[in-house]
Amino acid sequence: MSEAKMITLTIEGRQVRVAEGTSILEAAKAAGVLVPHYCYHPGLPVAGVCRMCLVEVEKAPKLAPACATAVAEGQIVHVHSGKALEARKGVLEFLLINHPLDCPICDQAGECELQDYTFAEGRSEGRLIEPKRFNPVEDFGGDVLYVTNRCILCTRCVRFMDDVAQEPVLNVSERGDRAVIGKFEGQDLTHPWSGNVVDLCPVGALLSKDFLNKARAWELDRAASVCPNCTQGCNIMVETRDNMVVRLRPRSNEDVNKYFMCDYGRLNYRWMNRTDRLEAPLVRHGDRLAAAEWEVAIDAAARALEGKRIHAVVSPSLSNEALYLVARILGRGDGTGAFRVERGPEAPLPGVEDLALRADRAANVQGAEMLGFRRSDAPLAGLRGGDALLFVDADPSVLDVGDLERAGAVVVIGTALPEILRTADAVLPIANMVEEEGTFTNIRGRVQRFLQARAAPGMARPSWWVLGDLLARLGEPGSYFLASDVFAALAASRSEFSGLSYDSLGLRGLPVMAPAGAR
Amino acid sequence: MGFPHKSHPRETPVLSTHFGDSEARSLSGWRARGGYRALEQALGMTPAEIVNVVKDSGLRGRGGAGFPTGLKWSFMKPGDGKPHYLCCNADESEPGTFKDREIMRWTPHALIEGCAIASHAIGAETCYIYIRGEFTEPLQTVGAALDEAYRDGILGKSAMGTGKRIDIYIHKGAGAYICGEETALMNSIEGRRGNPRIKPPFPAVAGLFGQPTTINNVETLAAVPPILTNGAEWYKAMSLSNPKSTGTKLFSVCGNIARPGNYEVTMGFPFREFLHDICGGARPGHTLKAVIPGGSSVPIQTMQEADATLMDYEGFVANGSMLGSGGVIVFDDSVCMVRMIGRLARFYAHESCAQCTQCREGTAWVTKILERMENGGGTTRDLDTLLELSENMTGKTICVLSDSCAAPVVSGIQKFRHEFEAHINGKRCPMRSAAAA
Repeated sequence: MSEAKMITLTIEGRQVRVAEGTSILEAAKAAGVLVPHYCYHPGLPVAGVCRMCLVEVEKAPKLAPACATAVAEGQIVHVHSGKALEARKGVLEFLLINHPLDCPICDQAGECELQDYTFAEGRSEGRLIEPKRFNPVEDFGGDVLYVTNRCILCTRCVRFMDDVAQEPVLNVSERGDRAVIGKFEGQDLTHPWSGNVVDLCPVGALLSKDFLNKARAWELDRAASVCPNCTQGCNIMVETRDNMVVRLRPRSNEDVNKYFMCDYGRLNYRWMNRTDRLEAPLVRHGDRLAAAEWEVAIDAAARALEGKRIHAVVSPSLSNEALYLVARILGRGDGTGAFRVERGPEAPLPGVEDLALRADRAANVQGAEMLGFRRSDAPLAGLRGGDALLFVDADPSVLDVGDLERAGAVVVIGTALPEILRTADAVLPIANMVEEEGTFTNIRGRVQRFLQARAAPGMARPSWWVLGDLLARLGEPGSYFLASDVFAALAASRSEFSGLSYDSLGLRGLPVMAPAGAR
Repeated sequence: MGFPHKSHPRETPVLSTHFGDSEARSLSGWRARGGYRALEQALGMTPAEIVNVVKDSGLRGRGGAGFPTGLKWSFMKPGDGKPHYLCCNADESEPGTFKDREIMRWTPHALIEGCAIASHAIGAETCYIYIRGEFTEPLQTVGAALDEAYRDGILGKSAMGTGKRIDIYIHKGAGAYICGEETALMNSIEGRRGNPRIKPPFPAVAGLFGQPTTINNVETLAAVPPILTNGAEWYKAMSLSNPKSTGTKLFSVCGNIARPGNYEVTMGFPFREFLHDICGGARPGHTLKAVIPGGSSVPIQTMQEADATLMDYEGFVANGSMLGSGGVIVFDDSVCMVRMIGRLARFYAHESCAQCTQCREGTAWVTKILERMENGGGTTRDLDTLLELSENMTGKTICVLSDSCAAPVVSGIQKFRHEFEAHINGKRCPMRSAAAA
């Protein structure tokens, strides 16, 4: 493949070199200049309709739409010249004449591009004295509500459904200022990826019913994370308000999910806020479990495991760090580990290559397999009579009383304590994935970091910490102070992970090395 | 010919010779009047030869923009392996324009012949005639003529037995003004919403179905057969002023004029004489006040400007307007300019495709202000607002619909400011009697 021809141009006095065919808008991004825009989105075909990105190109007769104009050698572009500013001011005024100024009750306020650009560049007062046009709110089906009056008709939603979801449900109905986004007769936004139109909407016209009136944008705390709801590993932002997760949104990653996430992943966050959580370590005293200090509980767990063959049943949504430490505990003897994965229908996003809601509804199936855990529909089959059962946050529905009676000892490490496990010898409470940091390995072997988004309840500790302490108590080197230390130890001991570190992974992740001989 | 009036001696009928002559509609009648000789001749020529003749004739687009036709055809490269298309723009919807309608009503074979010649010249096997949906009679006459032409072997797999395939289809519009914009027209033919496309790419590169396409107006294509028959020199010689404007032009005249109708004159004819002599001037008891010379999208001329104009592409520009489509709308002293401009703006607001912000919102807003002004609610500040909005609506959108809405507003305020001020100061329309108001 031949190298793309490079073009040099000047944008706002900064010289920039980009590949031929790049738009002025993208070239400006490369030069560190934001050209205000509404209809343009890098994940959608160019429409060129909002006319907000008009820029002045020297020697051109008219202002040029930066999104739809290709760069040319030697071009000199002014984004903030008087002429360009006047044009944008004009567009903003036109967009606002029929836009209700209901920012105080609009979910988008605070993250609204119309608000931002109006504040930055718009007129300070309106000149319209005629009544504004009015249209009622419409239910678009799925999770989406259409507040017609706020719509600026950028058509991002229409283009997403047409070209990315490839299920044309939306259209522009009517003409002139009567135009609105319409739904084709008898159709709803029920495509498994249609929730993305809410993120794509630059204003408060398309809203999530789930998030409706839940929070103001400026009240939210955000943490970069990875969606734990399937093996795709879409990059996401976990948004919390008062330590409660209220919304998951996609975070762009060219190599994984572009700009999108599916509705299943987006809406499956309530478990992160569960309140029936284990809040203190528990130790068995005769026929009951009693709260204990961490050291006492770790001690009790270690004593229960010591001298027995261990069979671990783990959750396939544990981090690589936690699974690595469990594997090391198993590795002391001839222990075995298994997991079961919940499955559901696969739902691809046709417009993006290799992006789908995967059938395996767990975050780290790939990581668990790479670290030696066996995938099985009967993960307790490996439990022999007298074995110690180490149950790490797995789905309790795999258990029955017989399994527990067969076990020589039961140690539970988890976020909750199901009734059936009340016979355990020791119970260690851990943080769930949004309460700790760590890494997942996705379906394509990409290792991606997730950061902590909320505080864990009570005395619960990050899983890597608890497992590290347990490992140390069992006499292995296992005292870690940071999740990154655990990952460094993992990278040092497992060839697939060698060369990777939290620093090199960054927030976009990196693929693991292909194991020698494979591929 | 000044259809529906009889021909005026100062007209130069070329396209309008057979207007009103129902026999010219049939194939036999058309043949008897010399029809299809030009096509026969063209099919014996190479495409490049035809393009050169049209180039030499100086023929320019009659739809409004005035782009040299031969040059446009030369952008098409026959033999590039791609299917080429010809679109005939018969979506004549510009207010005040009704010349294409008469061509299709009376001489449908002239259009078909022009289409066939142009198809050959640009290497197209397929031509679409996009006819405005409201044109029920032209749809029927062109449809009947097409049937005849197919039956006679003029069109089809082997046009006139030469082995060249030329197919012509009629595509009926659904009533949107914007579909007369060339790229919106192509979207409409493709079955999409009639929204103009961003240019580039231009139609000659990627037009209908993404293939090289040429799009010409009815009057342009109908002028091609006589050019081939009589030669480029004959056509070029028909010019009374600027050598860049050649041939004849059909003008549709309507409004407050004694004899409204279609008139065909040589390029460069004095506009004053055209209005007063050929069209009969003002109605008795009235004086003319203003004229929109090229369809509603061009700036308004005062009578002073109109009187100084020579009717060609350059002449109208030199006097504050444009030749446009040749739809002449005449206003006399009974017309309220504020109301008239408000009505025009309302048309554009109704027809905006809603893609570009400035057009979607601007046309509607301008209409609201003008209508409020007409009803006596205007202020001096509104005039500044109107001019500023018009500035924001000009040269910033995908197509020129919003520019077209701004043109009469700006020229109206500039040239008839006193009428706007009379509305503002009197708090009512001075043209309406107190009782009526």
